Order: sequence, then structure tokens, then C-alpha cells
Amino acid sequence: MTATQIQSPRSGKISPQYRRSGASRGNFEMAAWLFMRLSGVVLVVLIFGHLFVNLLVGEGIHAIDFGFVAGKWADPFWQFWDLAMLWLAMLHGTNGVRTIINDYAEKDSSRFWLKAVLYAATAVIIILGTLVIFTFNPCPLDVNGIPLPGGFCPAA
Amino acid sequence: MSAELAEPASKIELPAHIGGGGEIPTFDVTLRVRRYNPEVSEDATWDDFKVTMYGTDRVLDALHKVKWEIDGSVSFRRSCAHGVCGSDAMRINGRNRLACKTLLKDLDTTKPITVEPIKGLPVEKDLIVDMEPFFQSFREVMPFLINKGHEPTKERLQSAEDRERFDDTTKCILCAACTSSCPVFWTDGQYFGPAAIVNAHRFIFDSRDDAGDMRLEILNDKEGVWRCRTTFNCSEACPRGIQVTQAIAEVKQAILSRKI
Repeated sequence: MTATQIQSPRSGKISPQYRRSGASRGNFEMAAWLFMRLSGVVLVVLIFGHLFVNLLVGEGIHAIDFGFVAGKWADPFWQFWDLAMLWLAMLHGTNGVRTIINDYAEKDSSRFWLKAVLYAATAVIIILGTLVIFTFNPCPLDVNGIPLPGGFCPAA
Repeated sequence: MSAELAEPASKIELPAHIGGGGEIPTFDVTLRVRRYNPEVSEDATWDDFKVTMYGTDRVLDALHKVKWEIDGSVSFRRSCAHGVCGSDAMRINGRNRLACKTLLKDLDTTKPITVEPIKGLPVEKDLIVDMEPFFQSFREVMPFLINKGHEPTKERLQSAEDRERFDDTTKCILCAACTSSCPVFWTDGQYFGPAAIVNAHRFIFDSRDDAGDMRLEILNDKEGVWRCRTTFNCSEACPRGIQVTQAIAEVKQAILSRKI
């Protein structure tokens, strides 16, 4: 007697097996979780302080021009403030998008490439921003030692 | 001896003025059931069944009526039918509930009542899903007492305060309503899921248990508690009213305070 073999029905998309690896991968996810909370709290202070100083104090929004920004970056306090804001906001945002990619990318290859693009963009913005904050010069000179045209520099 | 036997309470005729015994109102409901039969088609379809039900009936009664009187091929799980075994978790009107605890009169009966299998687990037929991934992660957190001390000759004593610490998470009936309501679990099914964390919580915070550190280490995984996004879907779905999201947060804090 030949019994008809009926395969156990499974709805293709999710395999019933967990693909989770047994080994724990350190504390990275915990650190990332903690960083999101801490950086979030610090960012609230930094961003609202930034908005208050730029938009409300003194002449408010009408005071913002090249000279205003140059003046702020001449002060190490505001250099540090903006640097902290840049790094924390970028890492906070990047970690958030990393989480979303991990959750929603369906294929390992698309997850890899999305994260590669994300990390590259983050690195470019953080490095460029840091360079700008530290190497900013309101009166750039040309090779002959003459201020470049543009009229930004009050001494020109 | 011919002592008169007392009539059982249920058989005593109540006088009319006491009330009760009146006819229970009936109403028509349309049950829209998600049907899937892999031996016929890979596609799932909706089937509508119109049934006349009583005001005291639950969704499970309507499903029984459909299966017993209209279409015997409708497949679903149920065991105790009284909210204890956790077999009949399903998605009713888009929300995870136990069919045996959901009264029809509490739903909008003017519109069809949709009944679907719980999401995120492979459907086997109609409302039956493969629970194996769910139980696999449940087993991984070692949901049993591990005690390194000598076995006592009597029971293991515990103060009322120590018992209270994990009381909420002892109520779990493993119906999978929480895990299958979790959007993170829906994405790839690799997340441990609320139910496994709840059952780990039940032993992590048990003063008689000695393996809390091991369980915390297991849940510190990439797919562990840190994937929780605190959307509270699980707390809302739990038919036993367990504060699932709070239990997950407590496990997160326990891991943090152990590492730092």
C-alpha cells in the first residue's frame, strides 16, 4: 500500500527556524540603546540653546549673517557647543536610521548596502563639519598675503 | 428512609418578580474569516459567513457555529475555550485577542467582523499558525527554575514581597498574542519577542532562582531586549493584562545595572 505523502504545509516566507546565532555579540546593542537615551537628553539642551541664542536673543533672526557665525566660532565655547551638537546629532540620527534599516531591510545584501551608504554619508558630514568648525577662518588670505575678495572680513 | 432530596439550585423555579430568565437578544453578524489552504491555493482569501448569535456569545461561539453548521473546513485552534489555555489567539477586527474572551456584543456588529490568523508566524491553514518559532525563543530563555543550592525537603519558601516582584509575569498563558502583535517581530521573526522576555522576567526576578545572570546574558543579544521599540502593542494585546512593555523595560534596566 502506498500512502500519499503530504508535506507539512508551511507558508513559505518565514522559515519556522530561528536563524539567530547562539553566540552573543558583546554589548554593542546595549551601548547603542544607552547612547540614544543620553544623547537625546543632551541634544534637547544643545538644540534649544542653539535656537534660543540664534533666533531670540538680541536682534534675533535679523542678526544672523556671516559675521554673526564668524563671531560665534571665534569663541571656543561655541566651537565646542556646535561640535557637540554636530557629533551627537549625526550619531543619534545615524543610529536611528541604522535601527530602521535593520528592522525593515528584507535581504542581507540590501541591508549591507543601505548601511554602507549611511555610514559613508555620516563619516563625510562629521569629518567635513569638524574641519569647518576648527579650521574656520573669517579672513582667508591668498598666496600673496592679501585678503580674498568678498568683503566678509571687517579688517579688509 | 425516604428523606426528600433537595433540588439542585439550578433547577429551582424562580418567581417572575426576581427577574432573569428572560430571552437573550439575538442578532445577525457577518464573520469575515481569512481562509488559507496550501493544498488548494497559495493565496489566502476572505470568506463571509452570516450567523445569528446571542448577546452572550463570543467570537469563538460564532466560529463554532460556522464550523459545525455551515462549513466544516474552517480550521482554528481552541482547547479550553475559557481564556486559560491560550490556544485561540487570533486577529479580530485587526487586534490580537482570544476568540473565547471577546464578546460579539462588544464589537461593532453592523459591520463584518474580520477574523485572521495572528501575524508574523507561518500560517498552516486558515487561522492555525505554526507556533514553533514562538516556542523556540521561549525555550531559549530557559523558562524553568534553576537553583544551585541543596534541594530542600519541603517547599522553597519565599516572602510575599519577593513573590509580588514577578507576580504580573506569572500570568502568561503563551497565547502569542503579544509576540504576534509586535512590529519588530513582524519584520524578520528573529526578535525574541515579548512573550519570551516576559517568561524570562518571571524567573530573573524570582528570589529562588539562581540563573538570572544567564538569562540576562541571553537577552542581551542583538535580537534581545534592545530590539524593543516600546510601541506598547504587546501590553495592549495581552489577554491577561500583563504590563508586557514594563516587564521588558525592567529586564533592560537589569541588564544595564549588571553591566555598569
